[in-house]
Amino acid sequence: MTETFTGHKALELEVPLLFEEGSYEKAGVDLPTPSGATSRLGDHAAAEPRALPALSEPGAMRHFVRLSQKNYAIDMGIFPLGSCTMKHNPRLNERIARLPGFADLHPLQPDGTTQGALELIAELQRWLCEMTGMPAVAMSPKAGAHGELCGMMAIRAAIVARGEEATRTRVLVPESAHGTNPATAAQCGFSVDKLPSTDDGRVDLAAMKAKLGPDVAAIMVTNPNTCGLFERDVRAMADAVHEAGGYFYCDGANFNAIVGKARPGDLGVDAMHINLHKTFSTPHGGGGPGSGPTVLSEALKPFAPIPAVVSGANGYTVHETEDGAFAQSFGRMTAFHGQMGMFVRALSYMLSHGADGLRKVGEDSVLNANYVRVRLAEEMTQGYPGSCMHEALFSDAFLKESGVGTIDFAKAMIDEGFHPMTMYFPLVVSGAMLIEPTECESKASLDEFCDSLLGLARAAKAGEKERFEQAPLHAPRRRLDETRAARKPILRWTPPGPEAMAAE
Amino acid sequence: MTTKYTEDHEWISVDGDTATVGITAHAAEQLGDVVFVELPDVGKSFSKGDDMAVVESVKAASDVYAPVSGAILEVNEALVDAPEGVNEGPENSGWFVKLKLADPSELDSLMDEEAYKDHAANG
Amino acid sequence: MRYLPLTDTDRAEMLNTIGVAHIDELFSDVPADALNPPLDLPDHKGEFEVERHLAALAKKNHAAGDGPFFAGAGAYRHHVPATVDHIIQRSEFLTAYTPYQPEIAQGTLQYLFEFQTQVAELTGMEVANASMYDGSTATAEAALMARRITKRKKVVMAGGLHPHYAEVVRTNEELIGDTVLQAPANPGAGAVMDLIDDETSCVIVQSPDVFGFLRNIEDLSAKAHAHGALLVAVVTEATSFGLLKSPGSQGADIVVAEGQAIGNALNFGGPYLGLFAARQKHIRHMPGRLCGETVDADGKRGFVLTLSTREQHIRRDKATSNICTNSGLCALAFTVHMSLLGGKGLREVAMLSHENAVKAATALEAIAGVEVLNDTFYNEFSVRLPKNASAVVDELAAQGIIAGVPGERLWPGRTETENLLIIAATELTTDSDVDALATAIKGAL
Repeated sequence: MTETFTGHKALELEVPLLFEEGSYEKAGVDLPTPSGATSRLGDHAAAEPRALPALSEPGAMRHFVRLSQKNYAIDMGIFPLGSCTMKHNPRLNERIARLPGFADLHPLQPDGTTQGALELIAELQRWLCEMTGMPAVAMSPKAGAHGELCGMMAIRAAIVARGEEATRTRVLVPESAHGTNPATAAQCGFSVDKLPSTDDGRVDLAAMKAKLGPDVAAIMVTNPNTCGLFERDVRAMADAVHEAGGYFYCDGANFNAIVGKARPGDLGVDAMHINLHKTFSTPHGGGGPGSGPTVLSEALKPFAPIPAVVSGANGYTVHETEDGAFAQSFGRMTAFHGQMGMFVRALSYMLSHGADGLRKVGEDSVLNANYVRVRLAEEMTQGYPGSCMHEALFSDAFLKESGVGTIDFAKAMIDEGFHPMTMYFPLVVSGAMLIEPTECESKASLDEFCDSLLGLARAAKAGEKERFEQAPLHAPRRRLDETRAARKPILRWTPPGPEAMAAE
Repeated sequence: MTTKYTEDHEWISVDGDTATVGITAHAAEQLGDVVFVELPDVGKSFSKGDDMAVVESVKAASDVYAPVSGAILEVNEALVDAPEGVNEGPENSGWFVKLKLADPSELDSLMDEEAYKDHAANG
Repeated sequence: MRYLPLTDTDRAEMLNTIGVAHIDELFSDVPADALNPPLDLPDHKGEFEVERHLAALAKKNHAAGDGPFFAGAGAYRHHVPATVDHIIQRSEFLTAYTPYQPEIAQGTLQYLFEFQTQVAELTGMEVANASMYDGSTATAEAALMARRITKRKKVVMAGGLHPHYAEVVRTNEELIGDTVLQAPANPGAGAVMDLIDDETSCVIVQSPDVFGFLRNIEDLSAKAHAHGALLVAVVTEATSFGLLKSPGSQGADIVVAEGQAIGNALNFGGPYLGLFAARQKHIRHMPGRLCGETVDADGKRGFVLTLSTREQHIRRDKATSNICTNSGLCALAFTVHMSLLGGKGLREVAMLSHENAVKAATALEAIAGVEVLNDTFYNEFSVRLPKNASAVVDELAAQGIIAGVPGERLWPGRTETENLLIIAATELTTDSDVDALATAIKGAL
């Protein structure tokens, strides 16, 4: 194919770094002219502006719109990343989050001027507690992993209150867990002990019981788990850990499968974070911001973080101190009181769906995943036998003879117009492929997806290795050299040096 | 000079009371392209089984354990700037550290080449 | 239900394909008595019904733009250009995931690389990560990073560190049994110097500090370094980078900041944007995502997430942090706003904010009984009132004026600071806002 003079390919436009096309002379905003008085700065003023160029307003619009066109997104097609719950992000949520009464509100305004916002937080808390069957929810965690930290900090505070901090130091985490679980436990000063899985992809209850003892602070179990399976022994696990004097932290990453269908509070859980950006549709935004409210049992409720919204005779107030009902609080884990922008979006979503619709969400997400599971099982290898919850796990066994790896298969999916599934996770299955379609895919969309994957599986088995090794051929970039990036990290743009200038 | 192996895929080549340590060709292949090596300070002492160094590829990080107890005499500085040296010559130019042995009898518990080959093939 | 595409016919066909008669057969692992619990919540609502309900809640609040507004203390009301809000609502940015498949995520990856470059330049540091949750959690992460580097277990904090930030550091450090010391929170006090010793892992100092004072980072860096400790500089007002010397040029080893002031709304406290910058030699100890430059199979420049072996999904219990997101879309807002401003435009925003704060300070100094405490400040300063500042703030709020943040809100129950009022101005502050504030405070005393 002939190269174009510009490097562009019709609608696919190359984009320089903004520093390579910006100007130091003018900006893309018009501001009043400052008087130049810097009397109260002492000797702290910098002599020069920072060396960052600017784009004009049309220049900025083009730069970022062209960049955006190099991204895949939910609004373009199925985004079946397992354990990520990439569902539709309703734009009503965006509109409401931008109302000045929510967006243009300072976190430290007098409570009397923010009653509507505090009421919204309280209303969201009621929904979250009711949906999970738990008595309390901490709103300040900023993301799922931060919610895990919140839950584990509450557990640690409860153990300290019992005077057992020197002895209860071990946390049991299944080998199939998200990396955040062991990382969080370690961040709280606990040691991590791995729990093995059974042949059917669940926590080995007998092995867990054998590991329990007076030194165990908690178990951290994801349910539904990272293999997309419901832990059918969940109550027995809860009873066993409670009997041993420990707590049950449930990773709520996969709550979407059971929303409206089952409540962690009915299953013996002591703490669970809820990813508002998964189950409750707030946008993933290319990696954040998230929001991770954490529900707590009666046993852990006294240790919840501050601040908290409390309701009283004079309306709502923000309780900021470790006294009264919060005398045993483990303290503060972030400035201010959580991801308000996400709270607004999540409540907007919950009100839209209602209790009846949220139950349908859980059902359709499980229905879609099982439909994909059954259709793909024709050519691909299911990770574990039987039905799944909201995500279907496959291993690379069907590719074994072909010489095609999971990564090659995933890259070929890119050429087919799909975002690949989660690859190589969970670690308990060889070459794992974890597919979570969510409830937002139509049957037609699922059929196109399945037909395409079955076609690829057949092509791999037929020995068409090259199509996989070369993939992707149709994306804005071919495979990127990650080894080079890691060996000699270049983490920022630097202006060309004098030698480079001279060479030009 | 004798070479012994550990279950964690280190090799140790002994010459008198000093030894050279690295990771095996099998380990280097499993790890893929090495992008980073962290080496201990010269003079530091380790007990058998201690974390002594770190080796990383893009997708994995592994601790390198001291195969036997000893003090670091020298480290392979070349790997710091060119970690690909581990892939190029894992069992020769890609060595990690030289140790002064604290207790040569610890070598007896390690595997010989034959035993390690079996171990690598099965695990 | 408008968000669910399946029809009942689809559902029936799909159940048939799966080979089950009823959806609940797929939930057979859930204990039977726990399945389909009754929920005491309303059923679904149409779009305008939801909007009506939530808009009514929004209306109950006094928005910052509804009147003269002077609150700061870690969150600032600056102008956000319309372009910024349009770009962050592009589907391809808003509804993308973490860029795990770089071939179809170059849009996100390139702006993260641009963001890292801007943050490094603003802070005067060599490298920056792709962002943290917010300034306070970034500060706690900086303390943990210093601990990894120095292998010491004592954190020293200046008295002028935002009290929320100090509490977050304390919550995180005390979990692992470390010692945390803080100098008294009094305006202008410099007692932190005396706390630094050979066991100190890092010294955390904020400038402009929570009272608005500009601190001498250079002397503190020198003393920290003399004791083998790291200097962590904290900035809660990111536009100050436009006008003040960078922390990096004054010897900081780690710079953390709240980036909200650039490109992001007040949002009642979140989502915000943690900036995190460090020296190149420490990159493998950094928390959070990093985006790096590389090439693709055709030799074209491209970007990837890199140095992931630091992170929880690979290192698990040995990771540098449990963080598994960044504040992606807030970082995009920051980058778009910064690309419109450039260094020159940011300096103008900062100059205007400073000038408006000077006007406010001058007006308040003229009121009998009001004392401005700052020798130096950027766009925020502290005044001592002859009475409890919370009472004054509440009285002015009833008149539609948000006068600032009273000391009691930040240090509840502490008598030394209960008469303090912390006042911030930005480029949005007008002369008539300043007049209204001065007149109302005079009336309230």
